[in-house]
Amino acid sequence: MRKIAFLLLAIATCWLCEDWARAQSLQLPGDATAGQPMNFSPSGSGTLYLVGPGQVIKREVHAGQQVQIKGEELRSAGRWIAILRAGGHSQSQPFWVKPGAPDNLSFLARPSRVPVARPNVISGVAFVFDKYQNLVLQPTPVKFSLSVGGSGDSRTVTSHNGVAWIDSSSAKKAGAAQFVASVGQAGTVRRVVQQVASDPCNLRMHVAGNEKGQIVVQTDPVHDCTGNPVPDGTIVTFIETDKSGKSVVDARIKKGIARAELPASDNATITVAAGVVLGNELHVGGGK
Amino acid sequence: MGRFAALVFALLTVGLIAAGSVHKSSTAPASTPEGAVQSMFANVKGHDWNGAYSYVAGASNVDQNTFQQDLAGRDADLRTYSSLEGVDTRVLHESDNEALVRAELKYSTAVGAFYDTRDLKVIKDEGAWKVMWPAEKTTTPPPQVIPVNFLRWDILYRGSGDDWGAQDVEAPHVRILSMSYAERDGGVVIMGEIVNEDTVPAFVSVGAALVGKNGKDLAQESSFDKVSHILLPKEVSPYRIDFPAVKLADVKSVRMKPDAMLVPASADPVIGVLHQRIEKDAKGRTVLRGELMNESGRVVNIPHVLATFYDASGKVIWVSDGYSDHALLPQTPVPFAVDLRDDLAANVHSYRVTVNEYSIHNEEE
Repeated sequence: MRKIAFLLLAIATCWLCEDWARAQSLQLPGDATAGQPMNFSPSGSGTLYLVGPGQVIKREVHAGQQVQIKGEELRSAGRWIAILRAGGHSQSQPFWVKPGAPDNLSFLARPSRVPVARPNVISGVAFVFDKYQNLVLQPTPVKFSLSVGGSGDSRTVTSHNGVAWIDSSSAKKAGAAQFVASVGQAGTVRRVVQQVASDPCNLRMHVAGNEKGQIVVQTDPVHDCTGNPVPDGTIVTFIETDKSGKSVVDARIKKGIARAELPASDNATITVAAGVVLGNELHVGGGK
Repeated sequence: MGRFAALVFALLTVGLIAAGSVHKSSTAPASTPEGAVQSMFANVKGHDWNGAYSYVAGASNVDQNTFQQDLAGRDADLRTYSSLEGVDTRVLHESDNEALVRAELKYSTAVGAFYDTRDLKVIKDEGAWKVMWPAEKTTTPPPQVIPVNFLRWDILYRGSGDDWGAQDVEAPHVRILSMSYAERDGGVVIMGEIVNEDTVPAFVSVGAALVGKNGKDLAQESSFDKVSHILLPKEVSPYRIDFPAVKLADVKSVRMKPDAMLVPASADPVIGVLHQRIEKDAKGRTVLRGELMNESGRVVNIPHVLATFYDASGKVIWVSDGYSDHALLPQTPVPFAVDLRDDLAANVHSYRVTVNEYSIHNEEE
């Protein structure tokens, strides 16, 4: 029984040694890089297949002759298998291809539109890729910059497993913010985050005149709390209350101000609001 | 024999089609005030305008074209897209030569049933009863040029060839300001207000699901037309979601689902809601009345009025709506009225009216 066990162990050892020897005969380099040429000299002859992620390379090779795989052929990073087939026998050896140098980015910036002066509302996520769109897993510094009208700040974040990200607050100034992510000199991606005025602040109106038996009321220029003009088209509601009832006009801001014509009254109270923001109150007529 | 049968069936078919296409028309003199009103509206129902006009008293001083427009609609208003379904009449007062008849008209329209109540004076004219038709006074604005330079929002979405990381235009941000519930007419009603907090227009809809005691959904509904779907920046709309035949006692919780989409929109037209007041109508029901004033330069064909009623604490206690069957001509006030439940009238402390507009025209015209 011990003899049988010894025999089986010897056979297994021989089989593993043969396999190792076959693999060694391919003489592949220890590491390869996507986009870089790879040279090696197999000790055997036959047909060589290099099978990688989504890619296969085929060569006829001869023992002792150098095999050159061009950089543009070796595009995919990941686990490859080299198979040398000759005379009905195959020998194979796995090897790894690393991603190339960082070359470009995919950059997700969210949201595309955001109110001003809000903390941590803008997020940017950058994925670092090499020339052949392999995710670069090595830590890589990615520079993020967010600016409106030339003023802003920038931060450099090192990628982790190919991904770098930041959170940022929106600026106090409305406008199209340029959100840029760059890696080295090669890859720069630009996104636009529209920073828009927030809710109106200190909404005030006054009587602008009387026309055709109507009271014309209009607001002062409508701004948010950081001084940005509230966009045209925003609804401003004027409400006039008198003994004949209530009159309401949902006016639109035009050229920065909202204006409405309300029925003339000898004793009325007029209020103004935009969304959930209330403005001042006027009493007109004086009971005449 | 076969040919004879075919001929008989052909004649029968033609005869039936002819019979079906002939509307019943009657122009016989009316012997009673109620009969005059009924005959007039019977002809209106059959679109026999000559027949209907024959029951209009000459003293009404209304021409047939105006009479027809009063009943068949003008300016592509809601009445244009409706047909008279039925009429109930009741004599309110009658003497030898004069009577007052109440006609309760029911139209079927593109937006559901529409009810109209008219108190018509009927007089004896040359031995027959005829209706004094009160011509609607229509004010046509004078020829003028009204410059309109309001904003319009158009949208460019991301293209299929764009980088996968490129962001698309952000959906508008809307927020439910308030939500309350009530049990009315054997069902549950969810109501409140929603605001467009963004700087772009939004197409909004508000859905809700009632969750039962066992944690499963009892029913799901949406606000349908009890909401202003297009909300401009900072615009507030009421919403009301009806769940008929659901008992409030069976409901454990409510799951609200506001949706908002970015849509192209125009800031025009501005519609003022003037002289709003709560009062009783001819039938003694509580209504909110007022006038709609189209301050823009184009016709609004079908105005839709949404009224929000609040109690003393500012809570929304009812949302009511109604369509006006008259188009809004520029700079011309048009009266409106929406119902208010009589059982809630005493609790109403304040109210707010908003107007949806549906226009049958091309923006680029």
